[in-house]
Amino acid sequence: MNNELPIGGIDQAPCVMNAIEINNLSKRYGKVQALDGISFAVGQGELFGLIGPDGAGKTTLFRLLTTLIHPDSGSAKVDGYDTVNEYRIIRSRVGYMPGRFSLYPDLTVEENLQFFAATFGVTIEESYDLIAPIYKQIEPFKKRPAGKLSGGMKQKLALSCALIHRPSVLFLDEPTTGVDAVSRSEFWDMLAGLKKLGITILVSTPYMDEASRCDRIALCNEGKILGIDTPKGIVRGFDRRLYGIRAKNMFTLLERSRRVAGVEDCYPCGEQHHLVAADNFDVAMFKAQLSDMEDVNIVIKEPTIEDMFIKLMKR
Amino acid sequence: MNDVVISVRELTKRFCNFTAVDHISFDVHKGEIFGFLGANGAGKTTAMRILCGLSYPTSGSGTVAGYDVMHDGEEIKRHIGYMSQRFSLYNDLTVWENMRLFAGIYGLTSKQTEQRSTELLDRLNFSSERNTLVGSLPLGWKQKLSFAIATIHRPEVVFLDEPTGGVDPVTRRQFWELIYEAANEGTTIFVTTHYMDEAEYCSRLSIMVDGKVQALDTPARLKQQYAAESMDEVFRTLARGAKRGE
Amino acid sequence: MKHNFGSFVKKETLHILRDKRTMLVVMLIPIVLMVLFGFAISTEVNNINVAVVAPHRTDGVHDAVKRLDANEYFTFKGYITPNEIDSHLRTGNVGAVIVFASDYERGTAQATAGIPTRPIIQLIVDASNVNTASSATAYLQSILLGSASQQTMFETRMLFNPQMKSAYNFVPGIMGLIFILVCAMMTSVSIVREKEMGTMEVLLVSPVRPVKIIFAKMVPYFAISCIVLITILLLARYLLGVPMSGGVGGIFALSLLYLILSLSLGLFVSTISKTQVVALLVSAMVMMMPIMMLSGMLFPIENLPRFFQIVSTIVPARWYIDAIRKMMIQGVPLMAVWENGIILLGMTIVLLSISLRKFNDKLE
Repeated sequence: MNNELPIGGIDQAPCVMNAIEINNLSKRYGKVQALDGISFAVGQGELFGLIGPDGAGKTTLFRLLTTLIHPDSGSAKVDGYDTVNEYRIIRSRVGYMPGRFSLYPDLTVEENLQFFAATFGVTIEESYDLIAPIYKQIEPFKKRPAGKLSGGMKQKLALSCALIHRPSVLFLDEPTTGVDAVSRSEFWDMLAGLKKLGITILVSTPYMDEASRCDRIALCNEGKILGIDTPKGIVRGFDRRLYGIRAKNMFTLLERSRRVAGVEDCYPCGEQHHLVAADNFDVAMFKAQLSDMEDVNIVIKEPTIEDMFIKLMKR
Repeated sequence: MNDVVISVRELTKRFCNFTAVDHISFDVHKGEIFGFLGANGAGKTTAMRILCGLSYPTSGSGTVAGYDVMHDGEEIKRHIGYMSQRFSLYNDLTVWENMRLFAGIYGLTSKQTEQRSTELLDRLNFSSERNTLVGSLPLGWKQKLSFAIATIHRPEVVFLDEPTGGVDPVTRRQFWELIYEAANEGTTIFVTTHYMDEAEYCSRLSIMVDGKVQALDTPARLKQQYAAESMDEVFRTLARGAKRGE
Repeated sequence: MKHNFGSFVKKETLHILRDKRTMLVVMLIPIVLMVLFGFAISTEVNNINVAVVAPHRTDGVHDAVKRLDANEYFTFKGYITPNEIDSHLRTGNVGAVIVFASDYERGTAQATAGIPTRPIIQLIVDASNVNTASSATAYLQSILLGSASQQTMFETRMLFNPQMKSAYNFVPGIMGLIFILVCAMMTSVSIVREKEMGTMEVLLVSPVRPVKIIFAKMVPYFAISCIVLITILLLARYLLGVPMSGGVGGIFALSLLYLILSLSLGLFVSTISKTQVVALLVSAMVMMMPIMMLSGMLFPIENLPRFFQIVSTIVPARWYIDAIRKMMIQGVPLMAVWENGIILLGMTIVLLSISLRKFNDKLE
């Protein structure tokens, strides 16, 4: 019955192109420069991924955007509102799932949801249509304490709680960490569903393989952004030939390959080693040089986001 | 082959009427990097606890480094190394103090400790950090150091529990290089993880579903068998068949 | 925002109710303590052995001993010498010793004639059990008075517990301690737990004002404390027979003020602690220790070194326990302890304003 309720509450946001605008944002904790002058913008209805390891500054950025901390310098706007001066308005318009398990383990599934609904001054019924696709999966367990749920179910409950007030922007800080592969994949399906409803989603993850599920991604490391593009665009930026190499003794292969002329970089990558070739690299010569090794095998590889990340980090 | 380091036959662990580990059998060879995968609750933690000598099986048999899991739990502990992402080193002790502590735990003499720690620090290019507090090291360094310390007593098998979660790709690769190096020297590596990208580095993988080993092969052959592009896909195909909840 | 205060209170209440162990401990500790003090220190005088020291066994002495022996509560164990008094009392052979002065007869005569005289009977009583000792003393005096004149002078010495510490004295101390435990410690831990779990982040990002979150947290703990307060007062009155002649209303009013003070203290601790362990340690070190040591609960303030006497003035429990003791035992009305009330009120205002300022809606 509430289908006509717009996302983001009754009052309309001022007309903006971008849901999130970040301008030269910096934040320092003691000796650590958590964020180092980053700038980017996320369009309305975009599913934007922050990809980077621990310590990249992802959580700091989320806290700045959700108005939990003040920046040292620079500014940011969410839904057109300034994160410092207009933080109260932002707080009623965004949903946030912090990195840690942010539910009450001693309250049941239903009680958690009811509580967060009351916190935002809404009822479960008002938003049921929005959360239903996610919440229905855990509804059979609604009398179970949240602490006794599996990782995947906790994550679904946390997402339902973050959506309960129909936010226009959703911030998800490493929602898939510590969750098994099946649940992770299901979670990304849910995000795709929310995106269709027009919700802007900023999500962070340390897993490179999840990047392809985003519209655009920012690769970040040590408070800096290494590159922003669509997942395909990022990979296209890899302007070297890449080979996958194998041999019976992988460790010797790694050490020997690095000494071959024209090998720019060589590193383990799953069951193969990846070899980044400079212009003067020659496959035949490579094979000849390693002819004394058993079962040497070399194939051309498509670069992945991870290869690009490594290249950007080493630059 | 007679270079089997871990051998498990029909290993079973029951809690009341719940069978956590259900008649599993496999062999791990010397110098192998063996990946032990499973969703949460599939029984991989229980199985690993038995192999580390922390718990006894209900039935079945197994040997680790030549010792029986049924009777020689204490001997097993002495001959394996263990490293987990969660607990590894004491942040308020220096690099050297951590090494001395773990060397002491495994009964190395002070002469052996000195010799072994110098050797490990040299290999890691870490000698200058000998007196640095571990807490002030970057995460990647800590992980390399904790792997080195897990091998301080030259164990035949090293158990790694989700060793590289959350690390940047460059550091992760440096870490795997260390593991390859150790394996190359004949140390057997047993990795439990639910990160599939970590699994791809292993020479062989076993995937547990509902307490049973559902698949066991090299990553390449598993992908072939399940017509999958990545281990992630293989894993999802297998885990979707799971009946019991987490 | 509509109606969300109620849901916050409901949620806090659920947290408390689900944590049955903590609930049980909080409700049981005061009862156990009160019952322990109530029964371990029995007030009944029963079969107390009495020895007599009399330099001259005159008729008057014989007369007194005969009546003593006839009494069902006392048993006459025989005559001893002054040197034996200590050993008999220490071994517990006897519970009291009556010492007749060598000039007992003449003193009695003088007293009867109305001439002032120095004490002629000394009562030495084992006061390790205070209540028994004081009842026994009163009883012995009335028995001996029957044999001498009304003006017979007594000198009474309580051994082993000269301050007459008793259950009466412990009740205010228990109250001072238990409310800090329930209010301050539990509120601070519950706030810090939310910081640790990450739920505080979500709450702060919501439009709810932090003040609301805080007050909603205080409500159930305040309610529990009120129940505990009523339990303690009932037990004190009907189990231990504490007089409370100063009026229960005054005691209640002052206790409510102290409850609010404890809640503010808890809030303050939560603003300076990042983890539950820290909150617990701070509560234990900064609150429990001073209450035990510096509030007059265990050691009288006057007996403390000067330095600690000064330190004790900033311990809220000192003022509370002092006032409650006066109202409960000495029976003074609330108005008589107004100074303590003002000090407690001042402390509450200062603590509450500092902590509300420190607890802002940012994570930093």
